[in-house]
Amino acid sequence: MTTPVHADHDTHSAVAPLKTPLHDAHVALGARMVPFAGYLMPVQYEGILAEHAHCRAAAGLFDVSHMGQATLRGPDHQTVARALESLIPADILGLEPGRQRYSQLLNERGGILDDLMVHRALGADGTLGLVVNAACKVADYAHIAARLPENVLLEIHEERALLALQGPEAVNVLVSLGADVAGWDFMAVGSASIAGIPVFLSRSGYTGEDGFEISVHADTVVGLWEILLRDPRVRPIGLGARDSLRLEGGLCLYGHDIDETTTPVEAGLLWSIQKRRREEGGFPGADIVLSQIAEGVARKRVGIRPDGRAPARDGAEIVDENGVAIGVVTSGGFGPTVGGPVAMGYVAAVHARPGTRVGLVVRGKALPAEIVSLPFVPARFYRAPK
Amino acid sequence: MTKYYTEEHEWIAVAGNIATLGITDYAQAQLGDVVFVEVPVIGRKVKKGEETAVVESVKAASEVYSPVTGTVVEANGPLADNPITVNEDPEGAGWFCRIEMSDPAELEVLMDEAAYKTFVEGL
Repeated sequence: MTTPVHADHDTHSAVAPLKTPLHDAHVALGARMVPFAGYLMPVQYEGILAEHAHCRAAAGLFDVSHMGQATLRGPDHQTVARALESLIPADILGLEPGRQRYSQLLNERGGILDDLMVHRALGADGTLGLVVNAACKVADYAHIAARLPENVLLEIHEERALLALQGPEAVNVLVSLGADVAGWDFMAVGSASIAGIPVFLSRSGYTGEDGFEISVHADTVVGLWEILLRDPRVRPIGLGARDSLRLEGGLCLYGHDIDETTTPVEAGLLWSIQKRRREEGGFPGADIVLSQIAEGVARKRVGIRPDGRAPARDGAEIVDENGVAIGVVTSGGFGPTVGGPVAMGYVAAVHARPGTRVGLVVRGKALPAEIVSLPFVPARFYRAPK
Repeated sequence: MTKYYTEEHEWIAVAGNIATLGITDYAQAQLGDVVFVEVPVIGRKVKKGEETAVVESVKAASEVYSPVTGTVVEANGPLADNPITVNEDPEGAGWFCRIEMSDPAELEVLMDEAAYKTFVEGL
């Protein structure tokens, strides 16, 4: 048997992997640890299928401390927002205090250098919080720092850890531990305390479920992890289920579904470019991105459902009904909630309509499949009543 | 019946000139939850070292190689509907196919159970 090679293999294998503050806690739980983005991370605890199902049914706890947390700090919101808007296509000037937005760092061709979350904390005018991908964070920080005006500084929060608590019971778990977050809208951010531990939360995540990302000082994260796991509704979830959950949620994985050669328009992320930025431009690659918005794109990211049971993985060629190549799979595998294989990839725009019949080339054979709309599992984000 | 093992974590159980092929308990534990199995068609001729079955976990696909040359005479069709059998009973109900061997001398280089156990302990 060939040794299974994990899709997200380590790209930093030349150096010893780093450990998050929770490394020993993962090992004590019997996690299988694998190198990922320069860190030794838990890929699974009890098993990917059970973890995936538990997260959709109750609450899953993830250690995502490998991700990069940083703050942009300047004299006022307008100055800091304009500095960041020169690098990303989201409307940050109009970002309300206590809110978060999803965006992308773009290159001069409109290609995606990384995707990130940007938040504006209440009562902290002149600061913007950033959360970036682990594998990209060193390059992101250099890219951002080199392009900031003199009065805006980038602070990197090596001292902070990051947890995600995801699933329909996540909010109830946090409320039972004293965090007054029940009324928070999807993408709200703010400070709170969980069992007396000060944290900074956002109501967001990477699973398609309701849930929270919890930024906490590295010195207190082990205690917080243990307190959360003491609740019987909470189980630890590894990177394996994190990947199957986000794939069913139709969410992009950087380096697979989006990269320096894909634009936000091709990737179906136009919703993250707000109206004012579409009108004004002023971000890297704006000429290309705005012309794609006006005139359409040659290829698009789509969801794909194979008819049979065989998964099609990242890199599988997509062909039309005549066997002509029309694209490539960028993420693919088994969707435990769907109960069958699911994939995402790019196809020529004329083939991107849901219902289009395609083939996915797996082990030399074109397996029949269909273009479908994303996500595979409906999102259950919490929308607060206005 | 005699059981043999490979360094790639396949097992074969030999009775007469018929060899039953599967993957070991160690292999299924490494794979994690199996979600897809492809077994060979009956009548297919396989060579020693040739890809004979495919087993996929949530995360990855793995090929299963036949340790012997011969002809597939039986395949475990029900596995397609219950791939998790490979996790639950890898060295029993989770077999992939039976091969009529054309060169039983190929068995001589394979490990017995004790040798395989030592091999796995060294990994």
